[in-house]
Amino acid sequence: MRALLVLIFLALAGPVLAVQPSEMLDDPGLEARARSISEGLRCPVCRNESIDESNADIAHDLRVLVRERLVAGDTDEQVVNYIVDRYGDFVLLRPRFGGSTWALWLAAPALLLVGGGIAALFISRQRRGSGRGAGPGGEANLSEEERRRLEALLQDP
Amino acid sequence: MIAELGHFALILAFLVAIVQAVVPMVGASKGWSDWMRLAVPAAWVQFLLTALSFAALVHAFAVSDFSVRLVAANSHSLKPMLYKVTGTWGNHEGSMLLWVLILTLFGALVAWRGGNLPPGLRARVLAVQATIGVAFFAFILFTSNPFERLANPPLDGNDLNPLLQDPGLAFHPPFLYLGYVGLSMAFSFAVAALIEGRVDAAWARWVRPWTLAAWIALTIGIALGSYWAYYELGWGGWWFWDPVENASFMPWLVAAALLHSAIVVEKRESLKSWTILLAILAFSFSLIGTFIVRSGVITSVHAFANDPTRGVFILAILAVAIGGSFTLFAWRAQRLAAKGVFGLVSRESGLVINNLLLVVACFVVFLGTIWPLMVEFVNGEKVSVGPPFFDLAFTPFMVLLALVLPVGAVLPWKRAQLGRAARPLLPAAVLALAVFGLVWAMESGRSLLAPIGLGLAAWLVLGALADLGSRSRAGKVSAGETLRRLANLPRAEWGKAVAHAGLGLTFLGVAAVSAWETEDVRVMRPGDSFTLSGYTFTLDAVEPLPLGADFHVDGCTAEHGLLGLAGIFGEEGARNFSTDLGRFHVDRDGTRVATLCAEKRFYPVQRMPTTEAGIDMGFTRDLYVVLGDQQQAGGWAVRTYVKPYANWIWLGALVMALGGGLSLTDRRYRVGAAVRRPRAAAVPAE
Repeated sequence: MRALLVLIFLALAGPVLAVQPSEMLDDPGLEARARSISEGLRCPVCRNESIDESNADIAHDLRVLVRERLVAGDTDEQVVNYIVDRYGDFVLLRPRFGGSTWALWLAAPALLLVGGGIAALFISRQRRGSGRGAGPGGEANLSEEERRRLEALLQDP
Repeated sequence: MIAELGHFALILAFLVAIVQAVVPMVGASKGWSDWMRLAVPAAWVQFLLTALSFAALVHAFAVSDFSVRLVAANSHSLKPMLYKVTGTWGNHEGSMLLWVLILTLFGALVAWRGGNLPPGLRARVLAVQATIGVAFFAFILFTSNPFERLANPPLDGNDLNPLLQDPGLAFHPPFLYLGYVGLSMAFSFAVAALIEGRVDAAWARWVRPWTLAAWIALTIGIALGSYWAYYELGWGGWWFWDPVENASFMPWLVAAALLHSAIVVEKRESLKSWTILLAILAFSFSLIGTFIVRSGVITSVHAFANDPTRGVFILAILAVAIGGSFTLFAWRAQRLAAKGVFGLVSRESGLVINNLLLVVACFVVFLGTIWPLMVEFVNGEKVSVGPPFFDLAFTPFMVLLALVLPVGAVLPWKRAQLGRAARPLLPAAVLALAVFGLVWAMESGRSLLAPIGLGLAAWLVLGALADLGSRSRAGKVSAGETLRRLANLPRAEWGKAVAHAGLGLTFLGVAAVSAWETEDVRVMRPGDSFTLSGYTFTLDAVEPLPLGADFHVDGCTAEHGLLGLAGIFGEEGARNFSTDLGRFHVDRDGTRVATLCAEKRFYPVQRMPTTEAGIDMGFTRDLYVVLGDQQQAGGWAVRTYVKPYANWIWLGALVMALGGGLSLTDRRYRVGAAVRRPRAAAVPAE
């Protein structure tokens, strides 16, 4: 099952350390920001790996680049924009809201609302329907088919 | 010779499947009972032939018959026997053979235990099952023949991917396939019911155990895979929202919805067509998962071109199975009239909400998984949808699910008053809120993740306890009476409570490890130490072990591999790789907590390094050390984590599976299966 996942890991990077100690910044605050930015950026040549996890050379370069921008005083957003300007939206592991991606973000909540509406409608309709179809004592009437099966059942030893 | 026998058996199984797909189906529609009865021996023969074929392949791997192309490409004579055997399914062809083996196994099980099914239904179910079989036998025989020979066999093989040489991954595929393919049973029952135009309580009682069994296997399979990723890939992540993982998670979500809605059909004869739809959906997602994994299409469009025949073939199966069953559904579903009627506040409504949330959650995963493909198809742009999206888009539905779950679980059938029904939950709600507040205060409002996650975990676990408590009238009757009542509760009630509590435990693990994990990356020389979250880690030495050294290493308290299973299941003798063994010891407040061995392995055949993290597992935390590369300036890169409550993630999954197992042993299924009077047991329990 995971053979495929694994093959890609193989092709691009052995599972050794991603962030190297030598890359890390001395300022723990800046380093923490660098890590959290890195986790949201995709390694452009990898399969679904962030630059924080990947051992590919380009991931290393991007990690260093992120840190350089942070040291230069960029905000988190500026750093991300800087990378996106050069590598495109492809590097964003979390697609931005807007443009065509609104469907990606809103489809599920919309489905929940529509589904909830249909379910509520179904429940209230089947309750009203039951008022007409129910026999004495609120029990549903048996259909011909069910009556036949019930009789067969009762005769069964 | 043996490989040829396997190949021949597979061809015979294919032919038997064709007969089994046609004859019983015709017989059922014409009412010819001898044609219908043919399904039973055919299912047996099909299974035995497939098992023979599979055994032949296992044999080829076990004796390292490198004249078989598959063995030469995926095995090696020096590999431990365990991985020779499990390597059978560590590749495309072998895993597809395992797929059909399990498919035919389920068919044989229906033939065996299906004596109490109406003959027409049984014939149709087995015919549908065989139709799926025909498609996959053809797929294997025409595009992925595992028994292909090499004219010039090599002296030795290419070895199995080292990352797969691990007990966690050796047993992950069989469980996953039991789950995937087990859902074919629900599918076959659904299609057969649509053809017959009849769904009743007896039908649901038949389908639910199969679904439950499949779901249990899927739960264990996913947990194994996740645990493997945790300790083997070397950065301690346990879920990556990778397309391959999502492929197994989507059927799990739908199967969870299905086994809940099947209860409504069984007890209340409502939600029939919805349940049929879920049964079709669940297996459709299994097929989609197989397609995603086997074709590589989601990874990148280019991988598709690597093997267009296989991708196209599975896509064709997918189109026929999903398209056909949905067409059938659209055509016949309205014949399935509901009988039971329920109010807006009722167990049924609770289960509708459960279904809705699980299906929408599955939809999020599905959309996120195929979104890059869709965008590239539409306008050629390349976009990514990664973990940050899924975390944000998926989690809210799980939060909602956890919020309503304990309430839905205590509501009575038909109609209820919310206030009165939910009263037993009041203490659980108060305690869960207290947990939320306490964690929030402790964290000083840093992030909402931990308080919400832990509060929900408490709500789920305590809610399950409160449910058991109120059903046994705890506190209202004597303690002895309560115990007696608890012991007499149906197993299904226990299963429900245990599985729901298991979900709570998983919530606990996920929230705690996500919010409180600490990490350290540094260069260490032997003798160096540092402190992380109160634990002092010291690197004692890094020893090189040559190729062929013994698997067993003295002086490591932490077990290697999945709960030490690697040692138990034959990972012994000579190492088929060279090793750098990093020895660490960990102290807390001056006392020795653990001695850890973190390995960096190098597999010479595939020229590939892997890491074996040194993990000290505990109920409250895992200590996790990874040995990285040797640095040019001396010393070794070392990455260390303290992961609070990490094991609860998988513990929760196992408890969920255990709950499913308890439910599976409920009296009504045993009676229903053993006694030839299914209809007598089919009266709603209300």
